Amino acid sequence: MVVAKNGLKRVVIEPVTRVEGHGKVTILLDEKNKVQQARLHIVEFRGFERFVQGRPFWEVPVLVQRLCGICPVSHHLAAAKAMDRIVGGENLTPTAEKMRRLMHYGQTLQSHALHFFHLCSPDLLFGFDADVAIRNVIGVIAKFPDLAVQGVMLRKYGQELIKATAGKKIHGTGAIPGGINKNLSIEERDGFLKDLDQMVEWGRGALKVAKDYTVEHLELAKEFAAFPSSHLSLIREDGAMDLYDGGIRAITADGEKIFDHVAPEKYNDYIAEEVRSWSYMKFPFIKSLGPEEGWYRVGPLARVNTCDFIDTPEAEAARKEFMAVTDNKPNNLSLAYHWARMIELLHSIEKIKDLLHDPDLQGTDLVVKGERRGEAVGLLEAPRGTLFHHYKVDENDQVTMANLIVSTTNNNEPMNRAVDSIARKYIDGKEITEGLLNHVEVGIRAYDPCLSCATHALGQMPLVVELVDCEGNVIDRRSK
Amino acid sequence: MSNTITFMIDGVEIEGKPGQTIMQAADEAGIYIPRLCAFKGLSPYGACRVCTVMVNGRPQAACTQPVAPGTVVENDTERLQHLRGNIVEMMFVEGNHYCMFCEKSGNCELQAMAYRFGIAAPKYPYLFPERDVDASHPDILIDRNRCILCGRCIRASSDLDGKNVFQFVGRGKDKQIAVNAEARLADTDIDVTDQAVSSCPVGAILKKRVGYAVPIGERLYDHKPIGSDIEAARTAGS
Repeated sequence: MVVAKNGLKRVVIEPVTRVEGHGKVTILLDEKNKVQQARLHIVEFRGFERFVQGRPFWEVPVLVQRLCGICPVSHHLAAAKAMDRIVGGENLTPTAEKMRRLMHYGQTLQSHALHFFHLCSPDLLFGFDADVAIRNVIGVIAKFPDLAVQGVMLRKYGQELIKATAGKKIHGTGAIPGGINKNLSIEERDGFLKDLDQMVEWGRGALKVAKDYTVEHLELAKEFAAFPSSHLSLIREDGAMDLYDGGIRAITADGEKIFDHVAPEKYNDYIAEEVRSWSYMKFPFIKSLGPEEGWYRVGPLARVNTCDFIDTPEAEAARKEFMAVTDNKPNNLSLAYHWARMIELLHSIEKIKDLLHDPDLQGTDLVVKGERRGEAVGLLEAPRGTLFHHYKVDENDQVTMANLIVSTTNNNEPMNRAVDSIARKYIDGKEITEGLLNHVEVGIRAYDPCLSCATHALGQMPLVVELVDCEGNVIDRRSK
Repeated sequence: MSNTITFMIDGVEIEGKPGQTIMQAADEAGIYIPRLCAFKGLSPYGACRVCTVMVNGRPQAACTQPVAPGTVVENDTERLQHLRGNIVEMMFVEGNHYCMFCEKSGNCELQAMAYRFGIAAPKYPYLFPERDVDASHPDILIDRNRCILCGRCIRASSDLDGKNVFQFVGRGKDKQIAVNAEARLADTDIDVTDQAVSSCPVGAILKKRVGYAVPIGERLYDHKPIGSDIEAARTAGS
């Protein structure tokens, strides 16, 4: 902790742990330890938008997924969706679309399982300010071995699905412009069907843990980084949740529609990005509301809020229970992200079940092509939220422009609001302890940010919290 | 004059024919000598030196050295494999070879050679040269970042395709493959079916818009190392 010339103290949490990517939090305190400002800074920088320029367009889905090692499938598929339009092949064959969906649901399953069981469960199972020596994944394995194993096995199942559809568990090549390069063999299908019932059961169990925690801690959830916001996600034509495709819907904190069923290629008319000097991560906003009021949440909470229904029975029943907690109005509690995430985890398993029983997966019609285009947008609901890929391709087939708005980038302002709100509530005027600072990280973790992706960056993973005095000096710094 | 020439490779007696190179005789005998610039149907070139063998104790390129009676050839020795591995590593650092997203991955002879030699990462510093991409042709793309200067395209174009599309320009580190036109590949008479395109061992000359169509697991070197087809002949024959 450092006292600056202006008398304000600065606390730094660096690195923020149990998140994907590298970031830090700074908290400015006055002489009475009152919080003046708290911010989440993203300190990584990546250059993917620049270095895909000049590359042939069919290479992009494979190249750009290297943004991330956690959910590369999201970038792979979003880029492939854009390139489908470049080759005029956006109306995929049933086999191609279903193989891609299977890949995507497998990914959502593994990513959500990773986050819930391994990244956030230590906070929920042991308490936000429990002894840091046990508040980690090793502690979970020691005290809740069954849960830890379920997390590993659910992840494995998802990863195996990715391998069966993309060729590799990480950074595969399955989706190609206008389709997919393989189908699912009967042997592969039967291998997955064998373990399916177990996955359904574990998915139900995870959902119950997340739901029970939220319901039992509802008073805490209502004051822990709870703030109204708009919500944004893709939505199917009939209003159902759709993680792979659809138009864009944005709603207010009260559930009023701001816009609906916006075609992906029109995203630029509705969303803009603002740059701030203290972070490498941009701040997207809804144009009609302006940069001050136009920020929104994305991800599991936003998706459960925006959809009219979920098209799988168990997830839909869970959604109804979820919405009942807030009288069927949008839920604006950051901690409710965990519950929403587990609803999606079960939804993904239900979808996988439907797909595995669909004979289209054994089809052999894999690729379609049509009229060539020079510009295209691909949107996808990645595990962490809406992912935008926008490309221009010249007549020589080379990419001339790329713009990516990555899921976590959309949640930049909400995460900063969460950090500020938690700092003011829990740190204001108190002596700083590791447990108190972990509250800030718990708030960030609820959003399951992928900081590496958000800046399209390369570099290390972790995060830092800084406490800064009124003169800008760092007075305390926590890094792990 | 006898129409067989007897010589030894790694202690095994081999029968070659007059006019054959050591590599050609070895191939027929099911003995694999690693190579990158040599290509079936093309005249011997001796550019890459990956096929270096010891002939009576002296280093020679197996692709250009004719068979001679009574010669003793060393091929699969620790020292030669080490030297060959170093040559391959130098090729990796001299260009910009990003296997992780290259569409030739799994079908690339340079990558397969590195796997065969057990190269996890080059020990030499990367040069990161600035090289360009010529995508002007409607069906073919040249990515000079991945060119290893093997000269296959030059020979295939002239010897097999009856054209003269490619040529080397520059010297030393500035040497690169150029096209026989004012500036661009589109201005040449190359065709996508030319062997100048299909003979490229790396991802430098590519057929457009077909990348990644073969799934992982079904690519040329996904299951068997480079050279195993030649070695299979020996296993089957022995």
